[in-house]
Amino acid sequence: MSDVAERVKKIVVEHLGVEEAKVTENASFIDDLGADSLDTVELVMAFEEEFGCEIPDDAAEKILTVKDAIDFIEANA
Amino acid sequence: MRRVVITGLGMVSPLANGVKPTWEKLLNAESGINVIESFDVSDIPAKIAGQVPLGEGAGLFNSEDYVSKKERRRMDDFIVYGLAAATEAVEDAGIQTDDEEELFRTGVMIGSGIGGLPEISKGAVTVETNSVRRLSPFFIPASLINLVSGHVSIKYGFKGPNHAVVTACATGAHAIGDAARIIALDDADVMVAGGAEAACCRLGMAGFAQAKALSTSYNDDPTAGSRPWDEGRDGFVMGEGAGVVVLEEYEHAKKRGAKIYGEVIGYGMSGDAYHITAPAADGNGGFRAMQASIKRAGINVEDIDYINAHGTSTPLGDEIEHGAVKRLLGEHYKKPSMSSTKSAIGHLLGAAGAVEAIFSLLSIQNNVVPPTLNLHNPSEGCDMDLVPLQAKEREVNVALSNSFGFGGTNASLVFKSID
Repeated sequence: MSDVAERVKKIVVEHLGVEEAKVTENASFIDDLGADSLDTVELVMAFEEEFGCEIPDDAAEKILTVKDAIDFIEANA
Repeated sequence: MRRVVITGLGMVSPLANGVKPTWEKLLNAESGINVIESFDVSDIPAKIAGQVPLGEGAGLFNSEDYVSKKERRRMDDFIVYGLAAATEAVEDAGIQTDDEEELFRTGVMIGSGIGGLPEISKGAVTVETNSVRRLSPFFIPASLINLVSGHVSIKYGFKGPNHAVVTACATGAHAIGDAARIIALDDADVMVAGGAEAACCRLGMAGFAQAKALSTSYNDDPTAGSRPWDEGRDGFVMGEGAGVVVLEEYEHAKKRGAKIYGEVIGYGMSGDAYHITAPAADGNGGFRAMQASIKRAGINVEDIDYINAHGTSTPLGDEIEHGAVKRLLGEHYKKPSMSSTKSAIGHLLGAAGAVEAIFSLLSIQNNVVPPTLNLHNPSEGCDMDLVPLQAKEREVNVALSNSFGFGGTNASLVFKSID
């Protein structure tokens, strides 16, 4: 597992209060991990802070799964 | 109109988390007021407050007993305190249910005087000094006053009227009185009502200090700071916490064999139409609120055994209230006991009226009245039985609780033991 993937998963576990085992790469924040629309905004903010990047709103709207987040950060951070 | 009784009590106070430990300490003449250490008060002239004791163990408040870490980020402190007090009240009354019809007939009305001031001040700093993009998406729902009622309804599935009162320091009393009316008028059978407040932060302390409303002479002797009717009083002491009661239609409560603390027999309201912060010198607003509550209760003034006064320990307000009560009672002014429990816990603002309603109900239940701490030298003319320094055993059948707020808003509640 890449360093980015590990850090992303750690943030998801902390912010959504879910078990680590549930945070698979294909897990959807809303459908599988119990996030609501406000949680996803906060998650994106946490990713921005952790990786020192800016995730514009149109890109953030497309980050629906753990893998979406890892891919975006690996390509842009 | 239908009869309304109280069947559940819940409280988070500067003395303790929970009704029972708070009441025991109150009767024991203990004070919940300390020097503020949780934030910087070096540039604020008032440095003492009644803050909720945090920690793990009996009587201490631990937010994790009520909400997950994830949920905690969505709530400013006043919401957590309100939710905790509501949880205690709901469980005390035993009104949790899956019955859809019952849930439709159960509502929530928990207000706050100020709401999420700590979150608001933090959010403003983020937006002005950092960036809009760093502002939490939970900022608005964490600060909104009616979100206590929202969270309580979500937790228990209560789908009846969902409302929140905002009348400064009269909030808790108005919430209980209005909730009683909702039941009396058959819009609900059960209401979870009260007030929650946690504005004890730099912005809140600075604001009240600038209004010259706070005590500043007792920073070195914090437990002496709140001293209603005493010659040495110099302002109120900030408090925080929550008080919530379960109100229930009398037959509904009887049918399920509920424990009944007392009946809400009177509720009176008035406006001063005088000044934004000062009470009218003749106490006419408070007088008319009390008079309206007595009229609604259908009792005579000599029936009142205990008065839980608004009694904030401000130079002006205490004597004006005392004068209004004396005018109301006339020749019977020596009969009831009147005390201010703010002497022990400070002024809980929007939660004060609810917490004090609970103390009034407990006085009825236990036939004992809580003391007015630090009352060594009553101001001239303050010659009622003000229960100085120590609790007093006496029969209490009828209790009246006063709450007055900035803006010139007044509310009085009258409770009676159930026959």
